[in-house]
Amino acid sequence: MNTLDWIVLLITMVGIAGYGAWHTRHNDHLDTYLKGSQTMRWGTIGISVMATQASAITFLSIPGQGFESGIGFVQNYFGLPLALIIVCAVFLPIYRQLGVYTAYEFLGRRFDAKTRLLGAGLFLLQRGLAAGVTIYAPAIILSTVLGWRLDLTIIATGVVVIIYTVTGGSEAVSLTQKWQMGVIFGGMVTAFFILVARLPPDLGFGNALHVAGAMGKLRAVDFSFAPDRRYTFWTGLLGGLFLSLSYFGTDQSQVQRYIGGAALREGRLGLMFNALLKIPMQFSILLLGALLFVFYQFQPAPVFYNRVEWRHSAAGAQASVFHALEERNATLHAAKADKIRAWLAARAQGDPATETAARAAMLQAQAATEAVREAARAALVAVNPHAQTKDSDYVFIGFILDQLPHGVIGLLVAVMIAAALGSKAGELNALGTTTTIDLWRHFRPLAAHDEARNVRAAKWLTALWGVTAIAFALFAGFSENLIEAINLIGSIFYGVVLGIFLVAFFLKGVGGTAVFWAAIAAQALIFALFLLRHRIPALDISYLWYNLIGCAACVGLSLALQTLLPDQPGRVINS
Amino acid sequence: MKPPATEPTAGDQNPGVPGFHTWRGIYLFILAAFALVVVVLAVFSRWFA
Repeated sequence: MNTLDWIVLLITMVGIAGYGAWHTRHNDHLDTYLKGSQTMRWGTIGISVMATQASAITFLSIPGQGFESGIGFVQNYFGLPLALIIVCAVFLPIYRQLGVYTAYEFLGRRFDAKTRLLGAGLFLLQRGLAAGVTIYAPAIILSTVLGWRLDLTIIATGVVVIIYTVTGGSEAVSLTQKWQMGVIFGGMVTAFFILVARLPPDLGFGNALHVAGAMGKLRAVDFSFAPDRRYTFWTGLLGGLFLSLSYFGTDQSQVQRYIGGAALREGRLGLMFNALLKIPMQFSILLLGALLFVFYQFQPAPVFYNRVEWRHSAAGAQASVFHALEERNATLHAAKADKIRAWLAARAQGDPATETAARAAMLQAQAATEAVREAARAALVAVNPHAQTKDSDYVFIGFILDQLPHGVIGLLVAVMIAAALGSKAGELNALGTTTTIDLWRHFRPLAAHDEARNVRAAKWLTALWGVTAIAFALFAGFSENLIEAINLIGSIFYGVVLGIFLVAFFLKGVGGTAVFWAAIAAQALIFALFLLRHRIPALDISYLWYNLIGCAACVGLSLALQTLLPDQPGRVINS
Repeated sequence: MKPPATEPTAGDQNPGVPGFHTWRGIYLFILAAFALVVVVLAVFSRWFA
């Protein structure tokens, strides 16, 4: 990055954060601080919902997913539109009618204090864990490729987000997210067009898609029922429905984004905005990854995309092994480019036999380069058993730094940091609010009537969660693809929490004691499934199924337990 | 502390979106758009396979 990049980065990031903090510095009413301005319209709410979900990982990891595994990950979002419709029709009207600050407050009204504390506790546990990942994920990648110090990157981004989130609360979060999403959209669209423009002139956009498709990168929809496949239409629709319903309906970081606003209509339209745009947006980011794959077929491509890790290992005693792998990769990569051009020529001729033979040769060349990449990973592990062997998260940022002009590099780094700040702010805001409303006020009921004291408590607790997230990010180590790590953590807890809420909304005869113990048992079941997945092959299923299993177990056990506790019915709340 | 704001649900049936008179109409539109996206993605996958 040069001076121009730094100017763009600092103006966009510090400017937006400073504006948010300054504009909302006088927010000292609890309603405004925790729910945001009562004048918010659907556009702001919709963008805020989107920004909270779209973390930096979205823009670093998802192009990597498209590059490595193709665009099938888009199916993960197939349950989202239906889930948002259910939230709009059932959850949101009741939250607004009751005037709650948190989703778990509703559980207290519907069931009892212990069920409210359980719901809030599960949220704080899973979101607290995820908060560490969302701050660590962009920091590790940006610090690696840009040569920044990891600890300073984590602390700097963490402190910025703490300052404006603590200062202005929910309104500051929504306000800054609106501008941050503007930077994100602008940056990603710019990157997409530059990528398409940098494809070989004789290739063209259409042929690039055909190459990606022939290499298996454009299988967007898979209707097979194989339970071991991580992303299919069915896991996306069913598992994704439960994951999205849990996330948007019961996760305070989302609920807080839409329960405020000028009217019920604004929250609903904000959610429908996401129901309509989320899948096309994710598809575009994945497609960018698939096109990056094509781009690197005609460019010198590294054998391992985390070049810093590679150079570090290659500088040791095994240098000759690494050098040999680099040379073999370069040779095979050049040969593959020839095979791809041969296939395109055969395809243009329209002779099926020639085209089939050329396609087979191209796929064989692809398998050969993949074998070298696998050997490269093995070489890294041989030198360092703890080496990060998944390099797909580094593909897009590597492209940004190598191929984009200065100024645009600063803009794209700003995209990553804007996304990190936006999602982090939503999380901290929700963690602080839940701790204030569901824990602090619960255990200090006399303080509930002192508004100024409540706001002070919310500010301190938000800051405390921010410091905790920074500490967690500084001292924890994470592996695998980062976006999957987030979704995995969510899936372990979300199903059970959703089960509690579905019982609350739809099974009016079930009381708090039944659902409380059912939730404990269902959560234990999910933990058991997760911990035993490598020991018992039959349990090694896609983590998206945890959402459905946890939810079904919680609902089923609640009904069963309620038959044993017929004298403790629930309280009925009508929308 | 101010009491939490509550609001009546009456009048919520008109979403105030041109072309739509009820929320049910908007939900059906979203479902139809989703079905269209899945079909387009399936065709896209097959076309470029």
